[in-house]
Parts: sequence; structure tokens; C-alpha cells
Amino acid sequence: MQTKTFSKERKRYIGLMKTLMAVSAVLTCALVAFLIIYVMYKGLPNLSWELLTTEPSYLADKIGIYPDILNTIYIVLATLVVVLPLGVGAAIYLTEYAQNKKLVAVIEYAAETLSGIPSIIYGLVGMMFFCEFLGMGTCLKAGSLTLVIMNLPTILRTTQESLKTVPQSYREGAFGLGAGKWRVIRTVVFPGCVDGIITGCILAVGRILGETAALLYTAGFAHDAYNLIDGLGESGATLTVALYVYAKEQGEFEVAFAIASILMMLALLINLSATLVGKYYKKRREV
Amino acid sequence: MKATSKLHKTEQQLLREAQRKRRFETVIHGIFLVLGLVTVGCVLMITVYLIIAGIPAIREIGLVDFLFGKVWASTNQDAKFGILPFILTSVYGTAGAILIGVPVGFFTAVYLAKEAPPKLRGIVEEAVNLLAGIPSVVYGLVGMLILVPGIRNIFHVPDGSSLLAAIIVLAIMILPSIIKVSITGLEAVPKEYEDASLALGATPTETWFKVSVPAAKSGIAAAVVLGVGRAIGEAMAVMMVSGNVANMPHLFESVRFLTTAVASEMSYAGAGLQRQALFSIALVLFLFIMLINATLNFFLKRSKER
Repeated sequence: MQTKTFSKERKRYIGLMKTLMAVSAVLTCALVAFLIIYVMYKGLPNLSWELLTTEPSYLADKIGIYPDILNTIYIVLATLVVVLPLGVGAAIYLTEYAQNKKLVAVIEYAAETLSGIPSIIYGLVGMMFFCEFLGMGTCLKAGSLTLVIMNLPTILRTTQESLKTVPQSYREGAFGLGAGKWRVIRTVVFPGCVDGIITGCILAVGRILGETAALLYTAGFAHDAYNLIDGLGESGATLTVALYVYAKEQGEFEVAFAIASILMMLALLINLSATLVGKYYKKRREV
Repeated sequence: MKATSKLHKTEQQLLREAQRKRRFETVIHGIFLVLGLVTVGCVLMITVYLIIAGIPAIREIGLVDFLFGKVWASTNQDAKFGILPFILTSVYGTAGAILIGVPVGFFTAVYLAKEAPPKLRGIVEEAVNLLAGIPSVVYGLVGMLILVPGIRNIFHVPDGSSLLAAIIVLAIMILPSIIKVSITGLEAVPKEYEDASLALGATPTETWFKVSVPAAKSGIAAAVVLGVGRAIGEAMAVMMVSGNVANMPHLFESVRFLTTAVASEMSYAGAGLQRQALFSIALVLFLFIMLINATLNFFLKRSKER
């Protein structure tokens, strides 16, 4: 090989860089593998049907995460129902309507700012605004609305990205046939951004499932099971909040790890579906 | 009957219809405009709320005493509200996380963007995405059970809940952001640069580190700044491993960050100065974040311009 003619110094540099790259990449992968295996190893044995389907009770000395599962589902649903129209609408405004470049820059800057704000600040402002100022009290509704603000930039960005891939000629064709702006958006533009909306939903669900700090003081800690309508008006812990409470405040590590293993599986599932959806739409677009 | 009337519309009717249509489009336009402005409204609301809620306590305590006071004793009879310990802990904690996380993330990113075969790259990128998708409480939980006892045993300190534990957890948590943004920056480097370098006789490794990396430095800087933002804003994982005592920062002592200072007292802070002071801490944190966001935008813009 040519390498033989390289100076010692050059060889050392190349060797060092190659080693650093290999070590770092292996370290990253090992970390992920370790986290998955450790959480599953500690959590799965504690995961039982009973745990998933009982309500906790101090009196009966029972621990169960059934209410937490329900609360998580409610919060995810409530957040998506509100954030989707807001985020998709904002994206459509930015790509289809807005003509004022300054306004577009302001809205995009606002979205970027929102995505950089830490969740604890969302929690605090959510508590002040939804729970206190609007008088909702600590409840799932207030928690969902806080998460709506948090996830707005995610939905906005993914929808915007996919809107940009709708060819301009489609719009022009529809306009040429005499369709009004709204009709063009409804029939041509909107179907084109479905993949962005789905991707946005998946990312948002992932973020909601993992969120704790923003929910602690907006949605609260209660572990009672309600139906969807009543539940939204009541305080309730999601899975992540429950994990925190069980681990940090009650020292129930078995339950905490059981929840952690559920969250881990959900994270795997969400990543997998995001990848699959991305691949599916990419293929369809190329055809 | 209907068909004929449609054919024989008077000019006035046509005009009216066109007007109605235009009005309808204007309304739709208005609705979308409002939806677009919601984002701006949210940012304004958050800013205004934090300022309104955060200013009173700073006024009462005094800006200098608040920012540079070394003692936080919010529940004492003679309450003291100095947040220097929190500020320094957040700064040191973030710096530590960057110091560990950036090199690992950077070299992984170069490997994935340049050297890794496509299949392997796909798998590792999935793994990195998963790292980003793991909830922070899970990091906290694993940290509580592995890092905290580990630090106690290795360094023979009474309590492993410490700044060091928080730094390690944060370093792991910022890895995905650093890797992903660095890869984007590295991929934006024009292929001609690398070809030229290879043609001049540099090996691929030398090309990556001496040509591609310098050309992608804005993107990599953006990755670091994003990491800083993530680290300084993280609350839950840090709360679970850092012990949460308002000490001045020390690697092996229990510490409290800006984020955890807000989170840990909020549940029992009643009305009055203690609660208001928590809002002031949030305001300080918010200002830090805004500064970081501005820096991030600067680097992102520069990397795009290339």
C-alpha cells in the first residue's frame, strides 16, 4: 500500500483520528444497547397484567398504573386534536398565503424560539396561564394545552417541509382550471402534505410520551381512573410523571422500571414507525 | 328551469357572485393568518408572563443580591434568595456535559457521515434517534441506580448524587442533537472540496478532518450550541441524579440547577416572595435560552449561506 511512503507523523495522525472515530461510534452504540438491555432487564420482569390494569390504592396497598396509562392516552389525544389544526394551518399560511417576507420571518423565528424553550418553562407558564389565569386548575386539560404550545413548532415544521415538496405546477394547474385558492388548498395542497402531518404526529406523540417537567405542575400527580371527558377536567399523572413520582418520591423502583420499560418500547415503536412512514412516502413520491 | 337561469345570469348576478367568492376567500385567508399568528402569540405570551411574574421578586430582593447572592435559603425565617449557586451549577454542568459529549458526538458524526458503510450508518442513526426518543425520566432513573452508587463507590464520597452524575447524564442526553446536527453540517460540504483534497494526495481520513470539518465548522458550532441549549434546559433527569441541595457547585457535592431550582420548590412554595423568586429564576433561565437561541440562529444561518 501507499501508506508505507507516508511520514511517521502523518501515519500517527491518521491512526489517531481513525481510532477516535471508531471509539466514539462504538461508545455511542454501546450506550444505546446498554440502556435498552438494562431497562428491559430490570423492567420486564416487573411488568404484569395486574400492574397494567389496577388502580393504586394506599388502603389496599396496591400499586397499578392503569390510571396513568389512561391519562397518557387522554393527554396525547387532547393535545393532537388541538395542535394539528393550529400547526397545519400555520404551515399552510406560511407556504400558501403569506406574501409579506417579514411576517414569515417573524413566524418562523417564533417557531424556532418555541422549540428551544425548556419544558420546565412551559410547565411554569402553563401553570400561570391555564391553571391560574384561566381558572382551569391542575388538570389534564391544562397539561394538554401546555403541550400544544410545545409541539406546535414540530407539526408546523414537518407540514411545511412536505408542503414544499408539492410541485408548483399542481397548484398552477388547479388555478388554471378556474379553482379558487381555498379549493386548490383543499384538493391539491392538503393531500400533498399528509405525510408531513403523519410524521409530525408521530414526533409529537413521542415528545408527549416523554414529557414530564411541563406536566408536573399543569396536569398534576393524581392516580385515579376516569373516562375521557371527566378525565380531562381532573388532575392526573402520565406514565412519565408516575415514573418520576414512584422513583424519586416513593422509592418504588420495581414499578418505576416497569414503566420505564413500557416507555422504552413505545420509543422504539415510535422511531420505527417514523422511519417506515418516511420510507413509504419517499418511495411513493419517486414512483 | 334552473339550467336556463344559470345560463342567463345578468351581469349584476355575476358580479355579486364574484364578490361573494372573494369575500369567502378573504375570510379563509384571515383564518389561516390567525392560525399562523398563534405561534407568535405563544412566544409573546410566554415572554410577557415570565417578565411580569419574574420582575417583582428581583425588585424586592435587588438584582445584584439576587444574581450574585451565594446563599439560597428560601424557607428560613430570615430568607435569603441568592441564585449564584444555581447559575454556576447550570454553567458548570453544561460546560462539563459539552466537554464530554461534544468530542464523542463529533467523532461519531464524522464516522457516520463519511466513513460508515450505508447499512451500518442506517442502523447507528436509528440507535441515535432512539437515544433522542428516550424520556428524560428514564435517563434519570438509570442514573439514580447506576451512576449515583457508582460514583459513591469509585470516589468514596458519602453521596453519589452530585454534579458529576448530572454532567454524565447530560452528556449522554445531548449526544443525539450533536450527532444529528453535525452530520447535517458535514453533508452540506461540497464534494468538490473533498475531491480536490484527495486529488492532491491526502488520504480520506486527512480529507475529512482537514477539509470537510473546517468547511462544516458553522454546522458543527450550531450542533454545540444546540447541545448547550438542551443541557441547560434539562430538568427531570438532572433533578433525579444531582441531589438537589443549593450548594455552590462542586463535582462531588449535591447541587441544584436553575431548572431544578424552579421545579423542586414549586410544589410547596406558597404565595409570596418564595414563589415569586422561583418565577425570577425561570426568567433568568429564559434569558439564557434566548441568548443561546440567538447564537444558534447565527451559526445555522452562516452554515446555510455556505
